[in-house]
Parts: sequence; C-alpha cells; structure tokens
Amino acid sequence: MTGAFFQSWFLPGVWITVQVTFLSAALAFVISFVIGLARTAPSRIVRILAGIYFEVFRSTSSLVFMFWIAFTVPMLFQIKFIGMAAGVIALGMTYGAYGSEIVRGALAAVPPAQREAGIALNFTRVQRLRRIEIPQAWPEMLPPFNNLLIELLKGTSLVSLIVVADMTFAGNLQRLVTGDSAPVYTLLLVVYFVLAFLLTRGMRLLERRAKAKLGQAPPKGGLFGGLRERGAIDAVTGTAGTAGTGGAK
Amino acid sequence: MSADTTPTDPTPADPHQNPAVDGSELIRFDKVTKRFGGNTVLDNLCFSVDSGKHVTLIGPSGSGKTTILRLLMTLVKPDEGTIKVNGDYLTHEERGGKLVPAGEKHIREVRKNIGMVFQQFNLFPNMRVLQNIMEAPVQVLGLSKDEAEARARELLDMVGLADRCNDYPSRLSGGQQQRVAIARALAMRPQVLLLDEVTSALDPELVAGVLDVLRDVARTTDITMLCVTHEMNFARDISDQVLMFDGGKVIESGSPDKIFGDPDHERTREFLSAVL
Amino acid sequence: MNWDWSNVDAFMPRFWDGVLVTLQALAGGVVIAFALGLVWAIALRSTHRWVRWPVAAFTEFVRNTPLLVQLFFLFYVVPSWGPSMSPLVTGIVGLGLHYSTYTSEVYRAGIDGVPAGQWEAATALSLPKSRTWYAVILPQAVRRVVPALGNYVIVMLKESPQLAAIGALEMLGEARGFSNETFTFEAISVVGIAFIVIAYPASVLLRALERRLVR
Repeated sequence: MTGAFFQSWFLPGVWITVQVTFLSAALAFVISFVIGLARTAPSRIVRILAGIYFEVFRSTSSLVFMFWIAFTVPMLFQIKFIGMAAGVIALGMTYGAYGSEIVRGALAAVPPAQREAGIALNFTRVQRLRRIEIPQAWPEMLPPFNNLLIELLKGTSLVSLIVVADMTFAGNLQRLVTGDSAPVYTLLLVVYFVLAFLLTRGMRLLERRAKAKLGQAPPKGGLFGGLRERGAIDAVTGTAGTAGTGGAK
Repeated sequence: MSADTTPTDPTPADPHQNPAVDGSELIRFDKVTKRFGGNTVLDNLCFSVDSGKHVTLIGPSGSGKTTILRLLMTLVKPDEGTIKVNGDYLTHEERGGKLVPAGEKHIREVRKNIGMVFQQFNLFPNMRVLQNIMEAPVQVLGLSKDEAEARARELLDMVGLADRCNDYPSRLSGGQQQRVAIARALAMRPQVLLLDEVTSALDPELVAGVLDVLRDVARTTDITMLCVTHEMNFARDISDQVLMFDGGKVIESGSPDKIFGDPDHERTREFLSAVL
Repeated sequence: MNWDWSNVDAFMPRFWDGVLVTLQALAGGVVIAFALGLVWAIALRSTHRWVRWPVAAFTEFVRNTPLLVQLFFLFYVVPSWGPSMSPLVTGIVGLGLHYSTYTSEVYRAGIDGVPAGQWEAATALSLPKSRTWYAVILPQAVRRVVPALGNYVIVMLKESPQLAAIGALEMLGEARGFSNETFTFEAISVVGIAFIVIAYPASVLLRALERRLVR
C-alpha cells in the first residue's frame, strides 16, 4: 500500500464511513422513536400503520432496499440522490425499524405502577411519556442500541456497492489497481473492529451516566468484556429475544 | 354515608361555596359492578361519601376495597354503573341526554380533584425528591417553578424530610419514600385523597412515622380521605365512618366506635377478631 | 413513472434461478452456522484458557466486522495461500462463519439457562463429559434455543444478497445482471418484494413456534 493511496482514497474512505454511520444512526434513531411510540399509541390506526412499517422493514433485505433506493427510485420518480443520501436513507429506514422494537420493548418494561402514578397526578399521556416513561426506559434502551449501532456500522460497508467511496470501496479499488488484496482487506477488518470498539466505549459511557441518574449501579464489563451487551431486546433479529447476541435474559 | 339505591340528580355547584367543607355529597357510586375475568369483585355497589369526611374501608383481602380506590382514580373502568365526583360523572359524559364513555379531557377535568397514595409508593426513580413533588404542579396545574418549589418545600417540611429534597428516591427508606409520596399527592391540593394500604409494604418500625403524617393531614386539612388499611388503630383514630366490605358489597357501615365496639354483622365480628 | 410489466415477465426465469441459488446459499450457510456455533459455544466453556481465549477473540472479531469485507477477504485473499472456492461456496462459508459467531451466543444463553443442578447431578452420577453434554445439557437447551436460531435463519436470508458482491448469482445478482443487460430497472423491485414475501410469513411462523416452546 502506498502513501498516495492512503492519502487520496483510504483516509477519505474512513471519513465517509464515519459520516454514513452517524447520519444513518441519527435517522434510525428518530425513526426508532417515531415508530416505537406510534406502536404504543392509543389510536388503533396509528398502531397498525406503525406495525406495518416495522414488519415490512424487518422483512426487507437492507442491501436490496439500498439498491432499490439508489437505482429504482430515481428511475421511477425522476429524482436524483446526491452523494451518500441513498445509502443513508436505506440504512436509516431499515435500522430504524429494528430500533422501534427497542423503544417499544423498553417502554413496555417500565412498571405499570409508574404509569398509574402518572395518572393519579393527572398527567396527560404525552406528559407521562416525556417526563416519566421515556426517562425511565432510556437506560434500558442503550445496551440494545449499542448492538444495533455496531450492526449499522457493519451495514455501512454496503454503500460501497452503490458506488459511495467509503473505506470498503477504497479497499476494492486498491485490489483492482494493484492486484494485492491481503494487506488492504486485513487493514479494513481491523479498522472496522476498532471503530466498533470506539462506539461501544461511547455507548457504555452514556449508559453509565443514564444509570447513575436513576441511582442504579453502573454496568459491569471491562476492556475485555466483549463489544456486545446482553439486553432484553435482540437488535439483530428485531425480536424480544430469548437468547442470542443482546438477547439473553 | 347512605346506602340507598336511588340515583340523585347532580346538584348545581355553588361557586361561592367551597365544596370541600360544606358537608355535601362528594362521591357517589351508583350500582357499580366490576369484574375481572369471571370474578365479580364489586357487585352492584352503591354508596356515597360526604365532603370533608374520613372514611375507612375494611374487609378481608379480595373484597374489592382497593378496586374502589382504583375506580375513583380511573385506573380501572367500571363494567356497569356510574361514579360521580362533585356531581360530575367520572367515567361518563352526558351527550344529547345520553350517558356515553367520557373522553380523556372530561376525565382529566374531574380527576384533578383526586389524589392517591399507593401501597408501593410509586415515586418516579428518575427524579429527585423535590422534583417528584414539583413535577405535577408545574406540568399539570401550570404553577411557576418558584411557586411549586415553595409548595414542595413546605410539604417536605411537614412530612419531616426537608433535608432529603436532593436525594433520589432509591436512597430513601420505604417509610421516607411513602412520606414523599404523600407530599407529592398533597401538592396537587386534591379534594379527595385515596390511601391504598399505604403502610402494607413497610417494615414494621417505619409504619408509625407514616401514620403520624397522615394523622396530621387528617387533623389540619379538610381533605376528604378514603382509606384502605389493615391498621385498625389508625382507622379508629382518624375515621368518621368505617365501611365493612365482603363479597363485593358493603355489609355494614357506621362510626368507628360502633363498628369496632359493637358490630351488628357476624362477618364483621369474625373479621375483626381475626385482625385485631 | 414508467413501469413496464413485460420487463418483469422477462426477468422471471432468471429470478427463479436466483431463488434457487439464494436457497442453496442459505441452506449451506445455516448448516455451517448452526454446527460451528455449537463448536464455539462449547469451546468457550472449556476449562483451558488457551482454548477459550483464541476462540473468544476470533468470534468477537468476526462478529464485529462486516460480512461484506469478510466475503472479499475469503474470495480474494484466502486463495493466495489456501483453497480457491467458487463465489457460491465462498458465500456459503462466509455467511456460515459470520453467523456462527451469533449462533454461538444463542447456544451459550441456552446452555446457561440449564440449571446448575443438572450439571451437579450429572457429576454426582459420574457421567462422562460427552454423555453429560449429549444426554443431559443439550436436550434441555434446545427448547430455549430453537426460536432464536430460527430468527437468525431469517437474518441470514436477508443478508444473503451480499453474495452478489463476489459474483454469486443469487436473487440480487440475477436482478442486477438482468437490469444491466436490458437497461431496465423493474427486476430489483421483484427481488425486494420476494424477500418480504418469504421473510414475513417465516417470522410470523417463528413467533408462533416461540410462544409454544418458550413459556
């Protein structure tokens, strides 16, 4: 690998990967809450519509959907996505569906007595959600959100297939140009792992602060505790899992 | 208290009178039935409570006492019958001369006069003690932060926890949490306070502190109290009336002296000899 | 909007070819993931840390790096010092290897769920280690494990289009090939709907199974 390759392709590729990760994570986060809250709404129609969104995107292959957004939508509707927009939209919408299950599950896990206390103080439903239920559910959401974020980071590599010049794209370019693939793919795997590690550190920090705010003990697990956390919701399969990564009770 | 079955028309509220102290009827259950599954917990229940009175509900567990409080707090809805508070239907609205299930807005309007203290305290673990008490006055009543804080500090002083206002609930003992919960309910200035076995979850040595606070409330305010408890001495101290429940019905009612001293009903006698 | 149904008709023969390849990849990948995952899970409970640590490090690394890059690695790097495999076989190995690191967690949770008293009882009866696993622990773990494993089959199905990136002609590969050759765009929509049509009933079925098995 040459310094020129590093300068002009690989490092910008890392930066694109980071950008795609954060932008699609932000979109997925918003969708998680909108759909997750809508799935517990009093209105039947809202619940059903949100349920359809969840089921459709949970059953969708994110890569196929990304191709569809990137190539079919522009043909069908005569619109053009700039840069990484198609990738971000596709990732955000699919991972948002998984995230909605995290939000819904964590809200459902807030003790019903808390809702009753809110009713007894005559809060509206929105006030209860905003001041009581979401703040209490938040620390429970963070471990599965961490797992989902790592899945999302891995998923960003797919944007290389719709010609966004992320670091996987740079790796493929290097192979095509030099025919030498071992060092660059090894490097790629290591960089993805390091990024996943850094994200986990950040999420653990958030979790520790959130738990401290509730007067609970901080989570365990040191440097070698593994990158995934075991919560009640399985972020990978989108189920209230009984087992699996992030699924063990 | 009257156990008749004829529903009375709502008397128009007089704006110059404080309804909490005029001794008029404040709560009326009219032919209320509540079932859970196939189990009828309340059976065609009729009773009323006058404002300012302290009423204790006693009876074996499963007799539906707690369900009455939960119906009044709109945590559960009656299967049949109506409940009136201050002459307004609680879970129904009159529309075009017909009674229909009430909307959220109507329920919140009637419910604002009612406060509740729970067996398990149910403080909000994500808020410090002071915030627990200030939250609803600010969000629901629209008080300014300063007003709400002054009110909260005054109430914390009354329950003897002025020094714990910056603690999270998890740092307090059960008895302290329950005293905060009482302050939280009182901060809403309710006309009616529902007390649902408020000492049942406490270690024995913490019970007295909570009951002292409630005696204080009973003595110094004109809040109507509806109280489900197993503390018979407390019931005798504070009650104006005692209702004995069994099988989803009121089987006997009267002054504490009468009920605890010389009950008419055999079931009451059995129950009291079992718990006293 | 310029949707043309005749393009859909023209794509269908190749679509069915793609379905067949997708199912082959899925079946192969699932077998590897289920078997290898169990190997990891048992190795991670080994009393020898020179077994435990390398396996933990390897599974952690594979689980937290993208399948797509792993596929490139297997397809372009491995043949330079190891076996050379066709795109489909590479895809099966990659898919199986990647998700074996997830199924190992499923097995781990299932095994952890078996009460400690069962291990103690087996020890008290002096059952050999292999017999303890085979006759006592695993049969009890299966109940907890089956629905979660089923969910990963669906996940693997949805990730299988990545095999197109190394040239395996599964559903997405066929759709891209068809679109590029005919300058049409309808094929990808067909594939997208196909995934929903397969994955949704499968997940409904699994949830029903889960309700029956896990109480």
